[in-house]
Amino acid sequence: MSLLRLDDVCKSYGTLKVTDHVTLEVAEGEALGIIGPNGAGKSTLFDLITGRVAVGSGTIAFAGADVTTRPATERCRMGLGRSFQIPRPFGRLTVFENLVVGAAFGAGRSESDVTGRCAEILRQTGLLERANTPAGQLPLLQRKRLELARALATDPKLLLLDEIAGGLTESECRSLVETIRAIHAGGTTIVWIEHVLHALTSVVDRLVVLDFGRIIADGKPDAVMASREVREIYLGIEV
Amino acid sequence: MPVSPRYRVTTQTTASRVSLVIALLLVVAAAAAPLFVSRGTVQDLFFILTMLVLAQFWNLLAGYAGLVSVGQQAFVGFGAYAMFAAVSLAGLDPVVAILVGGIAAVLLAIPTAFFVFRLEGAYFAIGTWVIAEVVRLVVAQWQTLGGGTGTSLPRSATRDMIGVEQLKDWLGLKSSAAGDVVTYWLALALAVATIAFIYRLLRSRRGLGLAAVRDDASAAGAVGVDGNRMKHLVYLVAAFGTGLCGALIYVQTARISPDAAFSVIDWTAYVIFIVVIGGIGTLEGPIIGVLVFFLLQNALADYGSWYLLVLGLIGIVVMLFAPRGIWGFISDRTGIELFPIRRRLVIDDDPQTPDTD
Ligand SMILES: Nc1ncnc2c1ncn2[C@@H]1O[C@H](COP(=O)(O)OP(=O)(O)O)[C@@H](O)[C@H]1O
Ligand SMILES: [Mg+2]
Repeated sequence: MSLLRLDDVCKSYGTLKVTDHVTLEVAEGEALGIIGPNGAGKSTLFDLITGRVAVGSGTIAFAGADVTTRPATERCRMGLGRSFQIPRPFGRLTVFENLVVGAAFGAGRSESDVTGRCAEILRQTGLLERANTPAGQLPLLQRKRLELARALATDPKLLLLDEIAGGLTESECRSLVETIRAIHAGGTTIVWIEHVLHALTSVVDRLVVLDFGRIIADGKPDAVMASREVREIYLGIEV
Repeated sequence: MPVSPRYRVTTQTTASRVSLVIALLLVVAAAAAPLFVSRGTVQDLFFILTMLVLAQFWNLLAGYAGLVSVGQQAFVGFGAYAMFAAVSLAGLDPVVAILVGGIAAVLLAIPTAFFVFRLEGAYFAIGTWVIAEVVRLVVAQWQTLGGGTGTSLPRSATRDMIGVEQLKDWLGLKSSAAGDVVTYWLALALAVATIAFIYRLLRSRRGLGLAAVRDDASAAGAVGVDGNRMKHLVYLVAAFGTGLCGALIYVQTARISPDAAFSVIDWTAYVIFIVVIGGIGTLEGPIIGVLVFFLLQNALADYGSWYLLVLGLIGIVVMLFAPRGIWGFISDRTGIELFPIRRRLVIDDDPQTPDTD
């Protein structure tokens, strides 16, 4: 059964077509990778799916309901969690409080029930030592981890990750991959935008390539990466 | 996943426990003050407490919800006029009529919210001011309550107000002085209730959501916080509190006119000054701010319009050199918080308890 379904979705900023007739299905339990050059419209796709930005045309269905016009808050409560490519922490709240917001509002739990769960997520994402630090004081890499942690706190059915592996050392990257695998194994469907290909392909079982807002390839990672069009457009230098 | 009992959340600090005790003592002392001080001092204290209430609600709006209103005088004036109407036309006791003032302010806030929430930033501010002016002009047409020139509360109403008779006997005061004591105690109760209520709100789940919206509204939406709903709630709560306070102020004054009751200087400009110099976005700020404001007002009372100029200059200097106000300045250097809101995660049996900076 498909958990997420985009049907002929378009979005323009002025005359710039950022999302161009995108039709995409994500099955429950899948792990999907999205790649494409900078400015291809990948992050915008997440904005449209989560309702941060309204579609120009087309429809979006999530968990069996048409959510095209529903507000972002409601989509989150239905089980859509995301990270922002450029981290957007609640800067004056602590790291722990950032998660409590997600758990109390996104997952709709009462505040007294979320302490253990939030602390476990902090441990899982390696942020427990910074639990009581104001999020605005974190360095960039920890802010990215907070993006993941806060999204997890909302108990997502579908987790949208936007370039969280950039800038990591080899061992940090391995441990991030392990974390995401564990989340996926726990039953969460994942869509992951990532430039760090080896990290991405060690998690996802399907790859979509976006270029100028259009889907130009969709399939098994090996097949997609072998396709001539993808090699020309996305990995132009390698051809 | 089972909830692990090893994790605990705490918000209290040593400073906050000490300050709670001191606050209780201060409230007791303030309640007893009318037994020891002159009538003029009681009136001064009344002024300080009511300005403190207005400042706390403006701070809740602007400092916590990002709603910079310059039209709170709409709720002061409307609450006050509703109280006047309830006393003069419906024959209610002034003390009971104060509640009518609060409710009337909320009823006014519901349609005005519809209008001002379509506006943002500076436009929101201007919108609130325009609404206050419109309400003032409409109220000035109300001939039964004195039209543009205003009116007074009936002597009998203030003389027979709840508590006045008993106080006259007990303290041996004249009715007018006893009335001042009654309104002073109401102001004290309102100020304590206001601070307690706002503190509770800020520490609650809603308060956390409000802080998230303040820090990043878009990210808050993505994790399920409905920022618009939060802001509406705060706007209505602030209208209620401001309306109550306006009604109380005019029970004490016993005389009202549209120009005074809807004064942007008295009920908004001074209030903004208090919050900004004290420290916006903190509960401590308005408390410090109102004391500074009162001292300045007394010190500069003889200088006429120079007074406003000096207030403005002080406001500018504070904004330039201590943008988080006097309390921000103190708290940044000492780390003291009298009303801590932050939830700290404590791990009970772990030697690596998280840092607390
Ligand atoms: N709010 C916006 N207003 C105008 N243009 C935007 C906005 N957001 C994104 N864009 C433009 O849309 C294009 C796609 O952006 P984005 O989705 O962030 O790409 P990607 O994530 O693939 O790098 C870029 O050219 C970007 O400049
Ligand atoms: Mg992007």
